Amino acid sequence: MDMALPIVNATTAALARVSAAFNAPLARAVVFGVHIDGHLVVEGLLIAVIVFQLSRKSYKPPKKPLSEKEVDELCDEWEPEPLCPPVKERSHIDPAILESAAGPHTTIEGKEVVNFASANYLGLIGNEKLIDSCVGSLEKYGVGSCGPRGFYGTIDVHLDCEAKIANFLGTPDSILYSYGISTIFSVIPAFCKKGDIIVADEGVHWAVQNGLYLSRSTVVYFKHNDMASLASTLEKLTRGNKRTEKIRRYIVVESIYQNSGQIAPLDEIVKLKEKYLFRVILEESHSFGVLGKSGRGLAEHYGVPIDKIDIITAGMGNALATDGGFCTGSARVVDHQRLSSAGYVFSASLPPYLASAAVSAVNYLEENPSVLANLRSNVALLHTGLSDTPGLEISSHVLSPIVFLKLKKSTGSLATDLDLLETIAEQVLKEDSVFIVASKRSTLDRCKLPVGIRLFVSAGHTESDISKACSSLKRISASVLSDHV
Amino acid sequence: RVEGSEEDGEAPVPVTALTTLFSYGLLFAFGHFRDFFRRILDAGKSSNLKGYAPICLGYEDFYTRRLYLRIQDCFGRPIASAPDAWFDVVERHSNDGNKTLQRTTKTSKCLNLGSYNYLGFAAADEYCTPRVIESLKKYSASTCSARVDGGNTKLHTELEELVARFVGKPAAILFGMGYVTNSAIIPILIGKGGLIVSDSLNHISIVNGARGSGATVRVFQHNNPAHLEDVLREQIAGGQPRTHRPWKKIIVIVEGIYSMEGELCNLPEIMAVCKKYKAYTYLDEAHSIGAVGKTGRGVCELLGVDPADVDIMMGTFTKSFGSCGGYIAASKEIIHHLKHACPAHIYATSMSPPAVQQVISAIKVVLGEDGSNRGISGRI
Repeated sequence: MDMALPIVNATTAALARVSAAFNAPLARAVVFGVHIDGHLVVEGLLIAVIVFQLSRKSYKPPKKPLSEKEVDELCDEWEPEPLCPPVKERSHIDPAILESAAGPHTTIEGKEVVNFASANYLGLIGNEKLIDSCVGSLEKYGVGSCGPRGFYGTIDVHLDCEAKIANFLGTPDSILYSYGISTIFSVIPAFCKKGDIIVADEGVHWAVQNGLYLSRSTVVYFKHNDMASLASTLEKLTRGNKRTEKIRRYIVVESIYQNSGQIAPLDEIVKLKEKYLFRVILEESHSFGVLGKSGRGLAEHYGVPIDKIDIITAGMGNALATDGGFCTGSARVVDHQRLSSAGYVFSASLPPYLASAAVSAVNYLEENPSVLANLRSNVALLHTGLSDTPGLEISSHVLSPIVFLKLKKSTGSLATDLDLLETIAEQVLKEDSVFIVASKRSTLDRCKLPVGIRLFVSAGHTESDISKACSSLKRISASVLSDHV
Repeated sequence: RVEGSEEDGEAPVPVTALTTLFSYGLLFAFGHFRDFFRRILDAGKSSNLKGYAPICLGYEDFYTRRLYLRIQDCFGRPIASAPDAWFDVVERHSNDGNKTLQRTTKTSKCLNLGSYNYLGFAAADEYCTPRVIESLKKYSASTCSARVDGGNTKLHTELEELVARFVGKPAAILFGMGYVTNSAIIPILIGKGGLIVSDSLNHISIVNGARGSGATVRVFQHNNPAHLEDVLREQIAGGQPRTHRPWKKIIVIVEGIYSMEGELCNLPEIMAVCKKYKAYTYLDEAHSIGAVGKTGRGVCELLGVDPADVDIMMGTFTKSFGSCGGYIAASKEIIHHLKHACPAHIYATSMSPPAVQQVISAIKVVLGEDGSNRGISGRI
């Protein structure tokens, strides 16, 4: 207590002195007629401190670029993955090696087999007239054309072939491509650019998917071959959309789907297209030369005038028994592709003998329309014959030359389904000499439809071939699928 | 030394540049002028595609309509014979100012310096053509089926072994078209999380394949190993964009001979850089296979690079072998993987058997296995 009091006194005295010193002279200071009080000085100091702090740059840790030594260390440490994944034991595709032409009957390992694995719909493989025209072409022009279409790779047979196909279909012009699958994935990016809208079926095959991806447009898929789903998708996309003049809009469908054998109902698609103002791109690889009274394709089959379909593409590796592809439509459509289609401009042209084979094939079809009736009756026969196969059901259309059999009850995984189907196909070949194949899927394929066994019917098959295939398939699937049914 | 010459790739003289740009400017101005009047005159006309957006909007096809059409007769000239050393070019005439061209029956014989016929196999050949015709009669023009289904013939397996032997790799796989080879293979080898470093002047099939794969693409200056090294160092150290995770793998894509410039690739140095940084190499020998090298085995032979060092060698049969199609040669594991995964192998029609036979015969001639010395003597 005694010691505290002097300290307290001293502190009070000091404070009094400070405040007096503080207040006294300044209390009487008058600057420009404004009384300056003591507290104004404190506030002034605070403002000065704030301004000083604000004006200083905030502290950022300096960005030091990596030194050469550090980059060297990183490069040494980095380990790449192997270029390809290690070989899996079960993935073993060992295709049969054919020793003769892939016609309705072919030779595998010295044995003659009935061939249901080639899309030789009109039976033109081995046709005399086709081979003669090819021989003539080979002797005159050699094998390859040695150049792209723009630079002396255009041979007069190409122009003849284009004119022939356009004439056959009733369109103004057509354009030839040098490879079947490159047709559709060059045509789609030539017309569809970034910002356009494409409505496509979800069951389209890989080449169409690749074309849609390369086009960078907005792609909307609708349920496989479901017109109600297509109508609702189109409605959703166009409702409230005022910018119709600037956006190009396309519907992409296949006539006969490779992944399921279904046929697209073209008359309903054309009605929808006209209502919502979309252009149609129709992929006719498996229906050209097959559907329609004279083989002119899906449009003839449904009685739709050909000029209602904007772009038709097809690969010639099926009914026409040659290779390459074509695209046809209005003159504007065809002309546009001559400069903007990557697969046409930047690639060597179709070998001339294949173009002359195409011309003879179309001539043959025009002169012998009865071959279509043969094909149709074969397809009907196979359909009825396979309708009661144990464990498998036909999921393709009755008129489709691709007869698609899928498992009645799937095992749940794609790989095991495929294993079962391939076992069936192998045994059918080994025991009964009937060559059929299970449809295979690439890892890049986004299609979700089930896998199955595909039989490609040809007009060259006889009734005995078909009944042999039916009985063999029924027997083998009964034994293989007995524990899975 | 001629004044203003373009030796060493120097920029053209100012007068040349000015006159060229002036000509272009004139053509552009005229084109716009005519478009303007065309729009006024056509405003009243209606086409039956009312409501649809036009196929080409605005100036997308300006170049085609106003510039290209004027000189259209220089391109796409049809020929009426094989693209051999001398060939017949069909004459065309136009009635409507070059908008459409009609063929005439007249042809003119010209010296051919425009076709890719490096070894002269384009026309009928004494060794190749009889065998091709024989295979045509045996296997027909097409198999109508994919390789994995019913399109695999003895010829295809024979050619794959022959190509692998010719190029110097363990195994090979065939495709029916060179363009599809590149654009369908690259997405299988590399995907998202990988890096593709490609030469700035690569062909569009490689560009399309790289784009379709989903990997990040970086470009290095044409034939410049130093810049390639810089790019690789920067990318490996930086990692993937935004996440900076390390790259899964890096593929460097170069071509043997660049078709637009006619230059050879600087292969030994580029290979050294790739080896140092553990990047995989992809060599596109579309123009060089069969055409360069002492025995025609391509740039590797010419520049002394061991084929075992290059991870993937791609080539086409269109140029030197007078046929069509392409191939990929690599190790057995890679080819096995491609055969199971590549969509072009699983879905596309297999190569036409006569074309396969043409390549087999051509390679045999080049190797000297046909019994003659045409290949060895260099006078094919």
